This record gives sequence, structure tokens and C-alpha cells, in this order.
Amino acid sequence: MSLASRELPSVAATMAPPRSPADTPAGAISGPSWLNNLRAMLAKELLLEWRNLSRLGSVALFGAVTLVLFSFVAPPQAGARRMATAGFLVLALLLSSTLSLSESFRKETHHRALTGLLLVPVAPSAIFIAKAFANFFQLVLLAPVLIPVALVLFSVDLTATSGVSYPLLQLLAVWALASAGLAAPGTLYAAMTSDLRGRDVVLPLLFFPLVVPVLLAAVKATALVLSGDAMGQLGSWNLLLLIFAVVHGTLGTVLFGYAVEES
Amino acid sequence: MRGKFQWEHAVLLLALVLLTVGTYIGLAVAPPERHMGDVQRIMYVHVPTAWIAMLSLTVAFVAAIGSLWSGKHKWDAAVVGSTETGVVLTGLLLSQGMIWARATWGVWWDWDVRLTTSLVMFILFAGVLALRASVDSAERRASWSAVAIIVAYADVPLVYFCVRWWRSLHQVQSTPETVDAAMMLPLRINAFGMLFLATWFIVRRARLELAQRQVEETTLPERRSVEEVQHA
Repeated sequence: MSLASRELPSVAATMAPPRSPADTPAGAISGPSWLNNLRAMLAKELLLEWRNLSRLGSVALFGAVTLVLFSFVAPPQAGARRMATAGFLVLALLLSSTLSLSESFRKETHHRALTGLLLVPVAPSAIFIAKAFANFFQLVLLAPVLIPVALVLFSVDLTATSGVSYPLLQLLAVWALASAGLAAPGTLYAAMTSDLRGRDVVLPLLFFPLVVPVLLAAVKATALVLSGDAMGQLGSWNLLLLIFAVVHGTLGTVLFGYAVEES
Repeated sequence: MRGKFQWEHAVLLLALVLLTVGTYIGLAVAPPERHMGDVQRIMYVHVPTAWIAMLSLTVAFVAAIGSLWSGKHKWDAAVVGSTETGVVLTGLLLSQGMIWARATWGVWWDWDVRLTTSLVMFILFAGVLALRASVDSAERRASWSAVAIIVAYADVPLVYFCVRWWRSLHQVQSTPETVDAAMMLPLRINAFGMLFLATWFIVRRARLELAQRQVEETTLPERRSVEEVQHA
């Protein structure tokens, strides 16, 4: 309640003059009022993230637990464990992302907060970009927890990799691109499924097959960073991750208005 | 509506005739393939299924854009018909491909480009149907499934390219220049037969959806008022 009372004036202060629905096509991006909307939405999302750090801690703990479980089922040989690290690390990120994504819109459905934002009116595209950025930020913040846990559990020595300069930075870059690829479509689907009866089933059902390119490209890129990139393939996998994030970010920005419009 | 002849039934009749003739020629007249023998004859149903599955999902994509753009019920009905038909055909495509793979490659499944892409496409669009089944409001059902279809369809090329960079076992597409004319004839006849059969399914399912929507719109207010009375 205190958050709402502190936040709403700042959103209202930046709002555009009320317009008719015909003047505001879903996802429309135009003019300085849209930038003001975006700035207010970003500030709101980051404030919410700051006030819910314990939630992020729970998601990180969940990711770490999945890595521990993966390490139980990984083969005992050191070489085989190292080879499996990339897959397990990206899977831990993917599974953690479903938790943070599904939660990101649940708070917006309480007391119909999202409807209130749309009525201000805030441009749906600004809400989407801010929300996707917040989800991306959350996933990036999992890296300092999950990467060290994986390196320790699967006995990977980053200093021993060949053909990759600054392997830790490269690993973080892959992680960030994969996070962007997961956050962009995940935010759109989370918005659509947050209010559903079977949301816990429907979100992964829609989301997992959609992010197959992210999964494959991130696993391949991570494996190249961890075990050496003699053929210089890392760039092409990173490019695929970037293209995926841009394509789905654009689609989400355009389509989000249709996904949240009131019937 | 009752008793009135609807044009799609003529299309169904044409589909059944073409599929019967095409299958007969494929099984009894066309020569066996030099290396695979009679197993290759599954091509006469497998390839048309693949073409028409892709076409159905493309129709779903176009109808989804139309549904979002216009908000008219008939576009949403076309989305349902083409998505369900596309998902069923993709499921059949995967089953036929597995049977063919077992006979020629020795395995039921391989993580090859086209198999993986087809499987992901199947799960993506089946997910859209699951989403649709979970939404009560007809308006939201229409807009959400349209959004999900557009996103899923845009994802297919990305899935294709990402798995293409892994090794492929599936052959590249054949062309009329690489296939014997005696094999092309049943393939083309069955392709048109499958096209007409899919058209019948899409149109019938779309009509059913429109009828269901009409029933929902006419009966729901009555139900609501009864519930309100009971609650009071």
C-alpha cells in the first residue's frame, strides 16, 4: 500500500494527456511522453526489485539447488562432468527464470494494478520494456551465485581454457545474452499466463519450446568458453543469442498491448 | 443452416478421391526406390503431410494477424481451425517420419535439423492450444492465442537455423529434377488430396468455433443471472 501511494504520483506526473483508445494503438511508441512513461516504469520496476531482494535470493537458492541435484546425476568422471557443466548451468538459469518470470506479473494482477497503469494511461510498450528489463536484470544477478557453484561442483578451472581470452568476462557475456533471450519472450508469456487457472503448467509449456534456440546457443557458447574455442565459433553463437533477443524483444514490444488489453 | 449443402463437403469428396487414387498409384504403380525399396512409398503420405502441416500453420499465422488487426470472430475461428489441423498434421508427420527413420536409419529418432524443428514446432503450437483451453473469456482467448501464434511462428526460423549448425542426417529437399516422374505423379495427387482434406477440417472446425461462440454469447447471460439468483 505504501509502495502504491509513493509510486502512483510519479507515474501520473509523467503521463500523457488522456487519449481515446483509437489514438493509442497497442504497443505504440511515439514522442517524449512515451520516454517519460518508460523512465517511470523502469524506476518503478527497479524500486520493486530493490525492495524484493529476498525474492531474488530465493530464486538464486533454487538455481543452486538444481545445480546440486544435477551434480548428483552427472557421471563421476572429471572429464565427463566438465563437459556436462555448460548444459546444467544453462538449465539452472532456464528453470530459475520460470520462477522469476511467473512472479513478475503476479504482483501486477493483485488489485488489478496493471489495469490501473493502462488507464493512467501508460503505453503498454513502455510497461513491457521496463518489465523485460527488470526480468533480464534479475537473471543477470543470478550469475554471481550460479556460475561459482557450477564451477566448484563440476570441477571446472576457467584459467585452463584455451583459445578464449578473458574467459570469465566471455562467460558473463554469454550469460547476459541468454538472460536477454529468456527475458524477452518470457515477459510476454508471463503477462498472458499470470491470471490463468493452470499458469504453472501453461507458462513452461509455451516458454520452453520457444527458447530452444537460446538453450542450444547458450549451451554451445558456454561449452566453448569452458573447454576452449579453437575454431573461433563463439561469436556466431553469441550472435544467434543476440538476434533471438532482438527479434523477441521487438515482437514483445509490438504485441504486449494486445496481450494485456481488457476485454 | 440444417439441410443446406455446404461447399466444403464437395472439397472433402474431392480429397477422398484424390487420396485414394494417389495412394493406389503410390503403392501399386510407382516403382520401388533403388536403395530403400518399398519403404520409400511412405514418402507419398509423409511429404504431403509435411507440406500441408506447414501451410496450415502459415494460415494460422495469417489468421492470427487478421484476428489482432480486425478483432473479428471469423479470424479467430480460422486461427482455431488451422492451428488444430496444423498440430494434428505435424503429429502425424513426426509419427510417419519415425517409422521411415526406423526402417532406413535404424533408429526411431535422431536430433537432426528437420526432426528437431518439427518437434519444437509441434510442441510450440500444442502449447498455444493449451493456452487457449485455459482462458475463459472469449475475447482474451482470441487475442492471446493470436499473440502466441505470431510469436511461435516467428520462432520457427530461429529454431531451424540454430539446429542447422549441428550435424544433419535428414536428406536435403528433393526437386522434380531429382525424383522420377513416376514418383512425382502420386506425390502431387496426394499433396492436393491432403490440401483439400486439411481445408475441410479447417473450415468445419472454424464453423464449429463460430457456432460455439454464438452459443456462449446467447446462453452465458442467462446462466449468469441464474447463478446470481441462486447466490442471492
